Amino acid sequence: MTAQANQSAAPAHIETDVLVIGAGGAGMYAALEAAKAGASVVLADRSLIGRGGATVMAQMTVAAALAEQTPDHWEHHLADTLAAGRGLCDERLAALLCEDGPHRLREMDGWKVGWAREDGHIKQAQAPGHDRPRCAYVDFLSTGPAVSRTLRAQLNLSSGIRRIGELVIVDIALHEGAACGATALHLPSGEAVTLAAKAVVIATGGLTGLYRRNSASSNMGGDGYALALRVGAELIDMEFVQFFPIGHLAPRLVGMDPIMWDPFRYKLGGKLLNAEMREFEQDYATPDTRSDGRYVLTRDLATYAITREVEAGRGSPAGGAYLSFQHLPEAEIRSAFGPVVDRLAANGIDLTKRPVEVAPIAHYHMGGVRVDDTLRTAVPGLYACGEAVGGANGANRLSGNAITEALVFGASAGRNAARHAQRNSARWSAPAADPALNLLRSAVRRDAPNPAAVIRDLKALMADQVGPFRTEAKLQSALAAIARMKSEIGEVPFSSTAAFDPVLVDWLDLRNMLLVAQSVAMPALARTESRGAHQREDHPGLDESWCINQIVALSGDSALELRRAAPSSGRAAA
Amino acid sequence: MKATLAIQRGVPGEVPRVDNFEVAFEPGQSVLDGLRALRCEADPSLAFRFSCINANACKECMMLIDGKVDYACTVRLKEGVTVLGPLPKKALVRDLVTEIAPPDERLLPRR
Repeated sequence: MTAQANQSAAPAHIETDVLVIGAGGAGMYAALEAAKAGASVVLADRSLIGRGGATVMAQMTVAAALAEQTPDHWEHHLADTLAAGRGLCDERLAALLCEDGPHRLREMDGWKVGWAREDGHIKQAQAPGHDRPRCAYVDFLSTGPAVSRTLRAQLNLSSGIRRIGELVIVDIALHEGAACGATALHLPSGEAVTLAAKAVVIATGGLTGLYRRNSASSNMGGDGYALALRVGAELIDMEFVQFFPIGHLAPRLVGMDPIMWDPFRYKLGGKLLNAEMREFEQDYATPDTRSDGRYVLTRDLATYAITREVEAGRGSPAGGAYLSFQHLPEAEIRSAFGPVVDRLAANGIDLTKRPVEVAPIAHYHMGGVRVDDTLRTAVPGLYACGEAVGGANGANRLSGNAITEALVFGASAGRNAARHAQRNSARWSAPAADPALNLLRSAVRRDAPNPAAVIRDLKALMADQVGPFRTEAKLQSALAAIARMKSEIGEVPFSSTAAFDPVLVDWLDLRNMLLVAQSVAMPALARTESRGAHQREDHPGLDESWCINQIVALSGDSALELRRAAPSSGRAAA
Repeated sequence: MKATLAIQRGVPGEVPRVDNFEVAFEPGQSVLDGLRALRCEADPSLAFRFSCINANACKECMMLIDGKVDYACTVRLKEGVTVLGPLPKKALVRDLVTEIAPPDERLLPRR
C-alpha cells in the first residue's frame, strides 16, 4: 500500500525557481516566460504534458484588437469586455488582457501557429458581443490544438524548463506565510514527491468538471481553487459559471468536442429551432442585447432561451433545441465544414437531412483565484493565471477572451514569478510538506462509498441545483448535500493499490471538488439578483446594489467565509 | 442493451487476470463511457487513462480493443464481448494503463 511504501523512504525531492502547476495554454506560456526571464522552471501536470486542460480542446476563436481585418484599438475590446462583464470586471485585469492580447497573438503568429489568413492579413471573425470583427482562429476547428502544439514546440526549444506529467499536486507548501513549493502524488509509482520552489504559479484552469454536462477535460474539477484556498489565498466571483448554449446533445457524438457547432452556426447562419420547428431567439431578445445581426443573443441569454423553451414543453426529444443547417445547399455545408463533414458522417449525422440537438453545457468559469495586476495572490510567492484567475471577465465572458487570457496572464504570471524568485532566496523547509505527506501516508484501503460514484453524484447535484438557473431552495439543498458528501468521504484518504491508484486520485479530487462546489453555491445563495451567468429564478433582474464582487476565503477554523468588495477599477500597465 | 467488457487487470510481475464486467449502454456510447460507468457501478480501482472524455483531443485512452490498438473514446460499445487490454508495446503500469509519456516528461527515468 502507498502508506508503507512512503514511510520506508524519504520522498523524492526536486528544487526549482518557479513551479507551474498545470500545462495548458496558460501554464505553458507561464513556463516559457519564466524561463525567458532566467528562472529554472518545473512545469507539472496531473495529465500528460500538453494533453489535459482546456486549451487543447478549444475549437473556437481568439479575440484581440489586431486591427488586421478592420481598424481597431484595444480600448474598444476593453469596452466590449467590460460591457459583457455586467459591471463586475476587475478593470485592471481586463485592460491587461485587451492591451497585451495583440502582442501575444503576434508572438504566436511568429511561432507559426497558423492563424487563418485572407488577402495577406490575419482573418478576424465577428463574434457575439464584439463591436467589430476581432476574433482570429485556425481552421477547421483547430484553434486550441494549434495553440497547444505551438507552445509545446516552444517548450521543446527552450532550456531550463523541466516538464513532469502524471503529477497530482496535493497541497502547496508554506514557509513563514509564503509559498515555498508543493507536495505531489506521482501517479505511476504511487509515491509522494516534494517540490521546492521560490514561486508557485497556479495554472490549473476552471471548474466546469464539477458539472454533469461539460466541455472540459476530466482534470478541470477546480483543484487549483482548493489549493489556493487552503494556503490562505482568496477566490472571487465564484458564482459565475458560463454555460455554452449550444453544446452537442444528440445523437451521441464521439471523437469530437461537444462545443463544436458555434463557428459553423456563425459562418452559415445555422438556425436554432424549438420542437415546433420555429426560431425562438427573437422572443428573448431585449433592447440592450448586443447583436451582430447574425447572432441574436449573447451566451447567457441564449442559455436562458433554450432552457425556457424546454421548460415550456417546446424542447427537442433529448431535452434541448434543434440546430438546423437544412436551409443550406449541400455544397455550402461541405465547403464550410471541410473534413468535419466526414467526422460527422462517421457519427451518422447528415446535416442536409436532419438537424442535431443542442443544449447548454458548462463551458467556462468567470470566477477564480483573486490576484492583483501582477497576477499575484494574497500569499507571497503564489501566482495564478489563465482560467484559474477570477475577475477579468466579471459576470459573463466575451466569446474569444479565454485563450487570450491564457496567453496574456500566463506570460505575465510567469514573468512576475521569475522576478519574485530572483529577489527571494530559497525558503524551503521540510516540515512545510509534512501535512500533505501525512495525509497521503494516512490513506487506508477502502472503496465504500465508491468515490467515483460520489463524484458522479456531485456533478449531477451541481447541474441540477447550482446550474444556470438557481433558487434559494435549490442552493440550500445543494449546500446540505455537499456537507453530507464531505462527511461521507471523511478526512482519511481512500486507496486501492500503489501504482496509478484511481481510488486515491478520486478521493483527493473529491477533497478539492467539495470545497470548490461549496465556494460556488455559497456566493450564489447570497447574491439575490440575476446578473450575467448567475440567474436567480426567485430574484429576476439586475439589482444595482449588487454591483459588487463576492470574495471567498477559508477561515482559521477551516470554514468558508464570504465577504464583499467593490470591483477594482483603474488600469494596469501591460 | 448490455455489453460485456473482458478487461485485462494487474501490475507488472503479476500473472495478468481477466475480469468480466457487464455494462448497460445506449447505442452510440463509447467504450470509454462503459469504462467510466464501471468505475462508478462495479470497481472504482479499475485503472485506465483518459483526459478529454469525448473530443479525441488528448489521445490518452489508447488501448488494445478486440486485439486492435484504438481509442476507447471513439470505439462504440456493442452487444456481446469486447476484449480490452493494455498497449502491447508499452511498459505496463496497471490494468489498462501503460507508460506512454515521452521519457523526458517523466519524473523517473525509464523503468
